[in-house]
Amino acid sequence: MTAQRPLSSVPRVVVSLLVFGLAAQIALRASGPAPSAAAEDLPPAPSAGVLRLASFGDPVALAKGLMLYLQAFDYQSGSKVPYRDLDYDRLETWLARVLELDPLAQYPLMAASRLYAEVPDDSKQRSMLEFIYRQFLLDPNRRWPWLAHATALAKHRLHDLPLARRYARAIQQHAIAANVPLWARQMEAFILEDMDELETARLIIGGYIQSGDVRDPGELRFLEERLKALEARSRLDGGKARKSVN
Amino acid sequence: MSIVASIARTTVVEAVRNRLLWLTVAVVVLAFGLAQFLAQVAIAETMEIQAALLAAPLRVAAVFIVAVFVITSMVRESNDKITELLLSLPAPRSAYFFGKFAGYASVALIVALLCALPLAFLAKPSGLALWGASLVCELLIVTAMSLFCVLTLAQVVPAFAAVAGFYLLSRSMTAMQIIAAAPLHEPTLADRIVKTIVESIAFLLPALDGMTQTAWLLGGVSLGFASAVFGQTAIYLVLLCSAALFDLYRRNF
Repeated sequence: MTAQRPLSSVPRVVVSLLVFGLAAQIALRASGPAPSAAAEDLPPAPSAGVLRLASFGDPVALAKGLMLYLQAFDYQSGSKVPYRDLDYDRLETWLARVLELDPLAQYPLMAASRLYAEVPDDSKQRSMLEFIYRQFLLDPNRRWPWLAHATALAKHRLHDLPLARRYARAIQQHAIAANVPLWARQMEAFILEDMDELETARLIIGGYIQSGDVRDPGELRFLEERLKALEARSRLDGGKARKSVN
Repeated sequence: MSIVASIARTTVVEAVRNRLLWLTVAVVVLAFGLAQFLAQVAIAETMEIQAALLAAPLRVAAVFIVAVFVITSMVRESNDKITELLLSLPAPRSAYFFGKFAGYASVALIVALLCALPLAFLAKPSGLALWGASLVCELLIVTAMSLFCVLTLAQVVPAFAAVAGFYLLSRSMTAMQIIAAAPLHEPTLADRIVKTIVESIAFLLPALDGMTQTAWLLGGVSLGFASAVFGQTAIYLVLLCSAALFDLYRRNF
């Protein structure tokens, strides 16, 4: 390669213009407003067909990109856009599209359960929990952790025990893979206990113990103690009921 | 005729003889047909859907055509020793540069007009005028960037890769800034470094993501958009042309 000519061969006007252009460009960008994402700007999600077309045969890569795109609507420079300001119908469609493109992805449901479902807005919280429930039913053995989190939210945030029970029962009935921990499948019994449906809770815990699925000695001991406590509470409740009748 | 005008004229003639304009017409016809086809399935906002489906691919195609033409034309000229011949003329190197830039800019203008033509049936005139003018500005920046890259890198593949990277980065920079500005967790040192790097890069790139918006074709146009587009184009052209001239003056042929 030939050596370059000396710097002195460059006319001063060119150097001046280069410096001016660089300074003007930086000044222009610095003077502009900081980029921001407004919650109401979230557009409707394209159809699954259009997204597949746009993925050029690599839907997983597009799905990952779309999640980052959604994330850009949650945050803006300096301050967070409150999640409750997002249009939840559109948000759900976007999350569903991402899951259609990449069914093995956990990020959309993680975001749904840990971010979007924790807004201080009952109706939006409930709609996001229902979204998680519907998506769980499509792949229970992989998506149970997010419905388990949804169960906890329904119980502790919404204080809606029947809803929590519904989710817990879904986990118990549909998440049947070996890797699903027993605590997740036993959630229904403990929610029933909180609902004072002691007899049903007792039957479910007794059923677990008898099924032989529980092999861990510590877990087995815990369940047996729980069962005894339930039986004691049932007897106590029964005694009170008889006294009040007499 | 001055050397600048002569070089510009030969560059336009080269584009015509390379059937570049026919290629553009073919792309426009193809995109128009595709938009018509896709609009058949729309049950509402048919015109808007057609305009959007036509404008977005045409913009990308125009950028691709102009960048590839500038780069391959300059490399071919260099390989045929025509560059050396032109530089041996009794004129400053800047005359050669501005002659080439004027020629390529004329080609870019024609390509932009051809791309805007089918949208005349679908979009509002004010929106189309701004969209077309913005496309010309965008293509001028791409032309100057292609010239700068090919004069510096002198090869087709590295030059085109650099232009493509520049274009894609410029178009997605705002989204990257938003993501970098607010990490999910409490910002760590690494997050702050990434944010600083992203913001530094953003300062050096043109705001292409604010140019040639499909939304303008569907309404919602203001003069503010036009001044932002023209201001950014003028400043970036000064920067790119002076950077390319800097390299051209230092280069030994």
